[in-house]
Amino acid sequence: MMVRVRGLKKRFGRLEVLRGIDCDIAPGEVVVIIGPSGSGKSTFLRCLNLLEEPTEGSIFIDGVDLTDPSTNINQVRQKVGMVFQSFNLFPHKTVLENITLAPVVVKKINKTEAEARAYELLKKVGLEDKAGVYPDQLSGGQQQRVAIARALAMQPKVMLFDEPTSALDPEMVGEVLGVMRDLAKEGMTMVVVTHEMGFAREVGHRVMFMDEGKIIEEGPPGKIFNCPENPRTKAFLSKIL
Amino acid sequence: MELIWNSLPYLLLGAVETLKITVFAVSLGTVLGLIVGLGRISDQKIIRLLAACYVDFLRGTPLLVQVFIVYFGFPQLLEQLGSPITHIPPFMAALIAFSLNSGAYVAEIFRAGIQSIHRGQMEAARSLGMTKAQAMRYVILPQAFRRVIPPLGNEFIALLKDTSLLSVIGIVELTRRGQIIIASTFRPFEIWFTVAFIYLLLTFSISRLVAFLERRLDIK
Ligand SMILES: Nc1ncnc2c1ncn2[C@@H]1O[C@H](COP(=O)(O)OP(=O)(O)OP(=O)(O)O)[C@@H](O)[C@H]1O
Ligand SMILES: [Mg+2]
Repeated sequence: MMVRVRGLKKRFGRLEVLRGIDCDIAPGEVVVIIGPSGSGKSTFLRCLNLLEEPTEGSIFIDGVDLTDPSTNINQVRQKVGMVFQSFNLFPHKTVLENITLAPVVVKKINKTEAEARAYELLKKVGLEDKAGVYPDQLSGGQQQRVAIARALAMQPKVMLFDEPTSALDPEMVGEVLGVMRDLAKEGMTMVVVTHEMGFAREVGHRVMFMDEGKIIEEGPPGKIFNCPENPRTKAFLSKIL
Repeated sequence: MELIWNSLPYLLLGAVETLKITVFAVSLGTVLGLIVGLGRISDQKIIRLLAACYVDFLRGTPLLVQVFIVYFGFPQLLEQLGSPITHIPPFMAALIAFSLNSGAYVAEIFRAGIQSIHRGQMEAARSLGMTKAQAMRYVILPQAFRRVIPPLGNEFIALLKDTSLLSVIGIVELTRRGQIIIASTFRPFEIWFTVAFIYLLLTFSISRLVAFLERRLDIK
C-alpha cells in the first residue's frame, strides 16, 4: 500500500474533527474525497503530510510510519506533494524559481539540473513560455498548474489535492483538471478533494464520502454516484448533482 | 543671517555625529531586532518568554533612563565585579543604549512583518520538505523584508530624533552644538530654528531614501 491509515483521529481542542479513519490506497490509485463543508476533508489531507499532527492513530506512507517520533518529517514530506486551493506560489520568485527552490535547497540538486527538470515540468503543464514570469502575472489556472509542477519537482510518490479548482473562474477549471488527468494516467497515486463530479467519475478509481469526521461510504464512482447506500450520501449527492 | 551662516559649519559637524550614531545604532538594532523578532515567534517557550521580556523592558522604560543605566549604571557594576575597565566612553554608551532600544522596536516590526505573510506560504514550503529554518530563509523573510521597510524607515527617523537626548552624557552632537553656540551668542531663536531645520533635512532625506528603496524592491 502506498498510503495506509489506521484509527486516525484529530482533535482541535475539544472539537473532534476526524473521528477514526481507516483507509488503504494502492500505488497508482486515484481516490476522490467528497463530503459537506466542515466534514474534515482538508484536515484529513493535511494529516497525510503532517501539516496537522494526528491526535491518535497511525499513517504509513510508502511503508514509513509518519507518527513514529523518529521519522524525519521533512523527508516524508518530500514524498508527498500537496496542491492547495489558494495555490500558495511564492510571489517573490519567478515561475522557474518556484519550481527549482525546493529541489535545490532540500535535495541539493545543482541548479542547472533542477532548471532542466523544471522546464520539462512546465512543458508538461503547458506553461514552458512562462518560466521567467512572476506568479501575479499569471491567471489562476496558470498559477495552479505551476503549483502542480512545483510539487512534482520533488518527485513525490503521492499527490494530495485540496479543492484545486475551487478558487478558479469556471473557464480555467478545465485546464487544471486536464493536467491532473494526465498525471493520473501516468500512474501517480492521488488523493483529491473536489466538488468536480465529472472529474471524480472519469478519473477517480474510488470515491470516499466523508461526513462528520468519518468515511461513511466508499466505492467505485459509478456505484457511489448512481446508487449510494447511505442516506447521508444520498442527501449530499442530491444537493450537489 | 550672518550668525546662522557662521555657525553652520560648526552645527553641521554635529549633524555628522548625530548621523554617525544613528546609522550605527540602526544597523546594530536591525540585526538585534531580527534575532529577537524571530525569538518572539520561536517554538521554544523559554526563548519566546525571554524575547518578550526584552522587548517589554526596553519599550516600557524611557530611553533617557536606559542611557543613564548604560553610562552611569554599568560602570558601577563593572567596578563592583572587579573589572579593570570601569569607564564606558559616551559614544560607546550611546551606541549600546540606542542599539538595545532600537532592537526592541525593530523586533516588533519584524515579528509583525513575518506574521503578516499568509500562513499558506509556510505550509507550501513545509509541504515541499523544507525545514522551518529553510522556509524562513527562502520564503518568509524575503517577503517580510519588503513589508518592513516603511516601518523600519520610521524607526530610523525616530532614532535620529532621539539622539538629541545624548547631549546629557556629553556627546557633542547637533543639539549639543546648538546649546554651545547659544551660550556664547545668546541668540536662541535663530540657532534653534537652524538646528531644527538641519534635523528636518536629515529626516526628510531618510524618508525619501526609504520611499526609493520601497519602489525599487516592489518592481522585483
Ligand atoms: N486549525 C484549526 N483549529 C481549529 N479548528 C479547525 C482547524 N482547522 C479546521 N478546523 C475545524 O475542523 C472542521 C473540519 O475542517 P476541514 O477544513 O477539515 O473541513 P472540510 O471538509 O475541508 O471543509 P470545506 O469543504 O469547507 O473545506 C471545521 O469545523 C473547522 O472549523
Ligand atoms: Mg477543506
